Amino acid sequence: MKALRPLGLLALLALAVLFPLLFPNPAVDTVAVLTVLFATAVTAWNTFSGYSGYISIGHAAFFGIGSYAVAILCQDWHVPGGYLPFLLLPLAGLIAVAFAIPMGWIALRTRKHTFVILTIAMFFIMQLMAFNLRSVTNGSRGMSLPIPVSWSGAFYDLPFYYVGLALLLVAVALSWWIRNSKYGLGLLAIRDDEDRARGLGVRTGAFKLTAFVLAAFFFGMVGGLHAYFVESIFPAFAFDPLIDLMVALMAFLGGLGTISGPLLGAVILVPAQQFFTIWFNKPGFYLMIYGAMFLAIILLLPQGIVPALRGRFTKAETLAGPVRSGDDGDVAAAVAWAGDVGDGERGGGA
Amino acid sequence: MRLIVDAVITGVLSGGIYVLMALGLTLIFGVMDIINVGQGALVILGAYLSYLLQQHLHIDLFVGLILTMPVMFALGVGLEAAFIRPIRWERTTLSILVTFAIALLIQGALSLTFSTNLVQMHAWYVSHSLKIGSFYLAWVYIFDFLLSVVLVAALYVVLNHTKFGAGLRASMQNRTAAQLIGIDVERVSAITFGIGVALAAAGGMAYGATSAFNPNSQYDLISRLLVIIILGGMGSLRGAVVAGFGMLIVEDVTSVVWSPVWASTVFYMLLVVVLVLRPQGLFGRLESRRQ
Amino acid sequence: MSLLQTRAVSKAFGGVQALDGCTLGVERGSLTGLIGPNGSGKTTLFNVMTGYEAVDGCTVTFDGHEITNATPDRVFQLGIGRTFQLTRIFPRLTVLENMHVAAQREGWRSLFGRWSSSREHQRALELLDFVGLTRLQDVPAGNLSYGQKKLLEFAYVLVAEPDVILLDEPAGGVNPTMIHYLTDRIRELNQRGVTFLMVEHNMEFVMGLCDRVVVMNHGEIIAEGEPEAVRSDPKVLEAYLGA
Repeated sequence: MKALRPLGLLALLALAVLFPLLFPNPAVDTVAVLTVLFATAVTAWNTFSGYSGYISIGHAAFFGIGSYAVAILCQDWHVPGGYLPFLLLPLAGLIAVAFAIPMGWIALRTRKHTFVILTIAMFFIMQLMAFNLRSVTNGSRGMSLPIPVSWSGAFYDLPFYYVGLALLLVAVALSWWIRNSKYGLGLLAIRDDEDRARGLGVRTGAFKLTAFVLAAFFFGMVGGLHAYFVESIFPAFAFDPLIDLMVALMAFLGGLGTISGPLLGAVILVPAQQFFTIWFNKPGFYLMIYGAMFLAIILLLPQGIVPALRGRFTKAETLAGPVRSGDDGDVAAAVAWAGDVGDGERGGGA
Repeated sequence: MRLIVDAVITGVLSGGIYVLMALGLTLIFGVMDIINVGQGALVILGAYLSYLLQQHLHIDLFVGLILTMPVMFALGVGLEAAFIRPIRWERTTLSILVTFAIALLIQGALSLTFSTNLVQMHAWYVSHSLKIGSFYLAWVYIFDFLLSVVLVAALYVVLNHTKFGAGLRASMQNRTAAQLIGIDVERVSAITFGIGVALAAAGGMAYGATSAFNPNSQYDLISRLLVIIILGGMGSLRGAVVAGFGMLIVEDVTSVVWSPVWASTVFYMLLVVVLVLRPQGLFGRLESRRQ
Repeated sequence: MSLLQTRAVSKAFGGVQALDGCTLGVERGSLTGLIGPNGSGKTTLFNVMTGYEAVDGCTVTFDGHEITNATPDRVFQLGIGRTFQLTRIFPRLTVLENMHVAAQREGWRSLFGRWSSSREHQRALELLDFVGLTRLQDVPAGNLSYGQKKLLEFAYVLVAEPDVILLDEPAGGVNPTMIHYLTDRIRELNQRGVTFLMVEHNMEFVMGLCDRVVVMNHGEIIAEGEPEAVRSDPKVLEAYLGA
C-alpha cells in the first residue's frame, strides 16, 4: 500500500501534465485552466485556514488585488500580449502581500468568530475601493488586459494551463512541507487551543500572520493569471464573493486541513460550477443550484470526503490498539483506565 | 454647518433601520453563537414581500408588516430547524457557510422572479416631505424611525419582562448553563432566529422605502451589517444600537462635507481604527483566554 | 530566597475578592501542596503566577526574574510549566505530535525543518514511556480517556524541562491506580530536582506526597507548614467545616 503511493502520485502528475494534450478541446481545457487556478487558491487557503483554524472568507480580496495589479502594470508598462505578462505574476503576488500584511495584522488580533466576519467585511471594503478609486481602477467600467493575438484556437489555453499547473505544484509542495514542519505543527496547535499553544512557547501571532500572508501571495498570483486569462476585469467580478465561497466549499467538501482533500474538492466543484453556469445561464438559477449544492455538502458531509474515507480505514485500528496492550509494566497502569478510550472529544480533522 | 446638522438628522433617522437589522443579527449571534450571513438577503426578501403586497393587494407598506413579519418569523424558525440545528461540528464556521448558501438561494430565487432591475417603492410619504426650516425631509424617514423605535422598544420589553426573554438572556450568557437549569435552548434558538428574521422583514420594508434595491443589494447590506456588529462588539445589543446610528451619521456627514462616494469608506476606516485599539469592538467581551 | 515567590498578590473580579494579599514562597526542590475550599482562589493564584491573569500593585518573582504580568510564553520559557484543571491537550493532534508542541527550537530556520528531529523524537518517546502512553502515540489525543489526557498534559510540559511544575488538580477525576502511579512519577521527578506546586482536593494524595502544605480561604493564605501540622490547625478545620 505504502509503496504504491509514489507511483500513484506520479501517475496523477503525468495525467495533469498530459491532460490538455489528451483532450485538445478548447471548452474542456478552459475548465481545466480554471480547475488548476482554483486548486492553487484552495491549497494556499487551506495552508492558512485549514491548518490554523482561522477561516478566512475574504482572501478573494487578494485575488482581486492581483487581478488589478496585473491589469494596471500591463497598462502602465505597455506590456504586449504573449508570455511577458506571466512574468508579472510574482509581482502581483507581492502587491497582494503588501495589502495582506496590515490587513492580516488587524484581522488576526480578533479571535475566530470575529475574524471570519472581519475577513468578509474587509473583502467588501476592497471591492468598494475597486469601484471608487476610479483614477486607478477605472471604476465600474473595468479594465482590459493585453490580448495574446498569436495564440489561437486550441493553443490559447495551453500557456495558462501550464503556468497554472506550475503554481499549483509549488503551492502543494509548500503546503506539504509546512504540514510536516515545526511551523505547521505550531499552526495545528493554534487550531486546537491557541492560548495553550502560546503558553507553550509557540509564537502564535507570527505564525498566523505568515500563513495568512502566504495564502494572500498565491491568491494574488492566481487572480493575476485569471485576469489575463479572461482578458478584462470589472470590480464585481475581480472581487467576487462567490470565489470566497467556492474556495471554502472546496476545502470543506474535500476535507479541511488535509492536503489531498482541497484538491479533490477543486476537481469536483470547478467543473460542476462551469456546468451549472453554462446549462442554467438564466440569472439566478445557477445561484440557487449553487446554494443547494452548498447546503447539501455541508449538512451531509460536514467533515469532508478525505477524512470520512480515512476514518473508515483507521478507526477500528486506533481504537482497538491500546486496549489489547498490557504486557509491559509501565503500560499496565495506563491500561487500568484505558477502558474508556474513545469517549473524548471528537477526533475529526487530519 | 447647517448642512452637517441636516446630515446628522438624516443619519439618526436612517440609522434606526440599520439598528433594527443589526439587532436581529447580534441577537442570533448572542444566543446561538452563529453568524447569519443571510441577513442581507432576508432583508431584501422582506423588501420584496412588502413591495408585492403593495403592488398586487394595494396594502400600505407599513400596514403590510402585519403580514410579512409573521411570515418571515415562520420562515426563520423553519430555516433554523432545517439548516442550522443539524450542524454539530465547527458550528460557527459552518453556520456562516450555510447561511451564505441560504443567501444565495434567496438571491437566486429573487433574481428569477423579479429580475435584477432596480425596484423603487411608491407611497405618499416617499414623495412628500416635511419642511423644517429650510430643510426638506421625506416623511418616510420619520415613519421609518418611529417604526424602529417601536420595534426596538417591543424587543426591549420582550427581553427584559417576559419569561421567554429571561430564557433568551440566560442563553446569551451561557448556553450550557441555561440548558442545565431547564431552559429549552433549542426552542429559544428557533424563536430567536425567527425574531431576527422578522426584524429583517421590517428592516427590509424600511430600507426599500428609502432606497432602490435589487436582489444583488444583499451584498451591500450584509457587509454594512457585519461591520456594524463587529464595531459594536459581537453579541452586544447596546453595541449594535450605537454602531448602527454611528455608521449612518458618519456616512451622511461624510457625504455632505466630502463626497457620497467616500461615505462608507470613511466609516470602514473608523472600524479599522477601533479594531486596532479594541479588537473586541466597542462593547464586546474579549473572546477566549479561557481556563 | 524562594525559587518562586509572590508578594501581596490581590485580584478582584467585579465585587468578588479572589485573592487578598497572598504572599507565598515555593522553595527549590520542594513539593508544595496548595489546598483550600472551592473558590478560595487557588487557581487564580496559579493564573497570576503563570501570566494568565493580570494583576497590579504586587510582584511575582521566579529565580531572580520579575515575572509579574509576564506573558504565558515568557513564563514558560523561563522554566515554569503548568497543567490545567480542565486538561488542555490538542485534541486533533496525535499524542506524539502533542509532545512536540512545547519543543520549540531556537531560531526561525528551525521552523522549516521536520516537525520532529531524531533527538526530540527520542525525548518524546522517553517521556511517553515515563507516563505509560507509548502505545497510544499515534492516537488523536482527543480520543484518550480523561486520566490519559492528564498524563499527556503532564508529559508534554516535561518536554521543555521546566524547573518548576504547577499542577492544577492532577488527581481530580482520576482512578486510584492512576493516582498511585502519578504519585510515583512526581516523586521520581522531584528526586531529579524538579520543584512542584500543586492544587489538589484529594487530601490523601496531598498529605502523602507533599513536604509542605499551604492552605487558602477567601483569597488569603490562612496556614502553611508540614502536612501534619496543617492537618491539625484549627483555622484549617474551621475553613473546611464551618462558616
